[in-house]
Amino acid sequence: MNRANITVMTRWTPDPTFYASPQAAASAPAEKLAYVSAFDRSAEKPDAIVVLDTDPASESYGRVVGWTDMPNLGDELHHFGWNACSSALCPTAPHPHVERRYLVLPGLRSSNLYILDTHDDPRNPRLVKEIPASELADKAGYSRPHTVHCGPDGIYVNALGGGHTEGPGGIAVLDHTTFEVRGAWEKDRGDQVLAYDFWWHFTRDVLVTSEWGTPSMVEEGVNAELLLGRKYGHRLHFWDLAKRTLTQTVDLGDENQMTLELRPAHDPAKEYGFVGVVTNVENLSASVWLWYREGDKFAVKKVITIDAEPADAEDLPPVLQPFGAVAPLVTDIDLSVDDKWLYVSAWGTGELLQFDVTDPFNPVKTGSIRLGGITGRVPHPSFPDEPLNGGPQMVEVSRDGKRVYVSNSLYGSWDDQFYPDGVKGWLAKIDIDTEKGGMTLDPRFFPHGDELRGLRVHQTRLQGGDASSDSYCFPG
Amino acid sequence: MSGGQYLALVALGAFHGVNPAMGWLFAVARGMQERSIRMVLRALPPIAVGHLASVAIVAAVVSATSSVTAANVVGIVGGGLLVGYGLYRLLSERHFRWAGMRLSAVQLTGWSFLVSSAHGAGLMLLPVLATTPTSMPAGHHEHMMGASAPATGALTGLAAAGVHTLAMVAVQGLCALIVYQFVGLGILRRAWFNVDRLWAAVMVAVGALSVTIAVA
Repeated sequence: MNRANITVMTRWTPDPTFYASPQAAASAPAEKLAYVSAFDRSAEKPDAIVVLDTDPASESYGRVVGWTDMPNLGDELHHFGWNACSSALCPTAPHPHVERRYLVLPGLRSSNLYILDTHDDPRNPRLVKEIPASELADKAGYSRPHTVHCGPDGIYVNALGGGHTEGPGGIAVLDHTTFEVRGAWEKDRGDQVLAYDFWWHFTRDVLVTSEWGTPSMVEEGVNAELLLGRKYGHRLHFWDLAKRTLTQTVDLGDENQMTLELRPAHDPAKEYGFVGVVTNVENLSASVWLWYREGDKFAVKKVITIDAEPADAEDLPPVLQPFGAVAPLVTDIDLSVDDKWLYVSAWGTGELLQFDVTDPFNPVKTGSIRLGGITGRVPHPSFPDEPLNGGPQMVEVSRDGKRVYVSNSLYGSWDDQFYPDGVKGWLAKIDIDTEKGGMTLDPRFFPHGDELRGLRVHQTRLQGGDASSDSYCFPG
Repeated sequence: MSGGQYLALVALGAFHGVNPAMGWLFAVARGMQERSIRMVLRALPPIAVGHLASVAIVAAVVSATSSVTAANVVGIVGGGLLVGYGLYRLLSERHFRWAGMRLSAVQLTGWSFLVSSAHGAGLMLLPVLATTPTSMPAGHHEHMMGASAPATGALTGLAAAGVHTLAMVAVQGLCALIVYQFVGLGILRRAWFNVDRLWAAVMVAVGALSVTIAVA
């Protein structure tokens, strides 16, 4: 794999999938395809990008229509992102004539990075470059790459671990065109060690990062001793995006273990965002917090609490038996492009919740759907005889906010602890009432079983962009 | 300088001004962020000063050099440089790198200086400058102090840069106000022609022209 495989070609007019403002992006046409990362827990088969048909007018709607295998085994594909997005219109360094065509795929376990080209045959993306773990480690000092965002001056990829050490985890910057690893992003990281997710308030020069754990803390599964010892991450870090320095750290309290997905408001005139907390060790509840500007600092406030659900010990996996309850385990959240609806995945109880967050300080619950769940095993209405495991986990929202896609795997070793029978992959699509709120499962869209060839499915990216892929520099 | 040369400088100014990457888009973004048209207007002077500085350095050097060297040498060397830089920009797809949007007026000036320099804005004025006759009639040179000829030449260059920049900022202001006030950013999706590619092509053409004039 070398540079020659990467087509460097600019357009005469801007890529039509770039939008100056979130308001404009909300008018984007509906996606025709979805890309889903899928991994083989046993590492006997290669991981893959699975391509789904999302065009309701198509005969193969809701089915797997493309498949691209990775060249190695055991990558554990997880999150991924585009080479370019609407941030290319940002005025300080605009480059709107590049194409959104490459998917940047980190292997969370192998630390390899793969570049797939979706241009020639969108249903069968082609592998054009492989960046070995050693390059990420040697040039940036990181491993276990996780989140990918198209940044102002390069592609930002964060990572959980150090290159040849446990930590600190942090962000590596890749070249926009060659995908070469340029180096570590941070100039001054203060006492930040743990990493998980990152995103930004572009026009405010603010980057936000969250905390999970270093590789040894997460790769063998959740460690009860570390959890009850409150050793997993419980802080948010705010950085100066231009100077690359840590400016403020906010502690949510060490009972709140694992601050994961970060969803800043898309409207650049707003300066707040939401972060999900997996569990509170005092009562197993999960929560969503709001960060917001207060003077020249950021403050946080818990705005959603989801309580644990009592259950008989014999119905619970060993990891939960001592507690006699199902932890909701909020492991992903997603904010619609218009910043109005927040979707919250409770992967333990198998519930997807919808909140009206027009007033971000006072979310109002407007919908709930149950699928799978540790004790519920709720089936999809179109396959009522098939109890499901796993639960709604990764959530992706279409740009117009009308469709939501969920997949059911969290992370290999953690899947096995909470669903010891082994998570069997499925994806569901939900139609949204964007006026009043409310969610309805689409009976025609449920890829699962043999169609996914035994792989577990994680993040979904929608063709042309989605609610967690693009950043905007202009208010609507 | 002749009327034709001033016209050429004004035209190049307008060409630079209409390019969203040269600053008017940034002015619009600052205005939209604060929901204030005053912010749009206040962004323009620092952008103009940065551009002026970038262009003036090249213009002063070229004019000063051509006042003591045979003009055709400047034309050939400079033209060759311009063709090379234009080709480089045509073929390399690297975009200007900058992170950070909350800039003071001084920082905005610096941003404009860098973005203009990276795009080779000053170099594009080369054929106009290289063909400008020195202000002293031939034969009078020997009566002047040694440094005066280049100094006068540099002044001519600065005047040229000033005229060019005034034209640029006028067009920039017009673009910014029209987009901010009337048409909105949706226009970018349709009308943001790949100026960078055109820009590079113009450089190659201008460089070739410069060499041709010098040799002819």
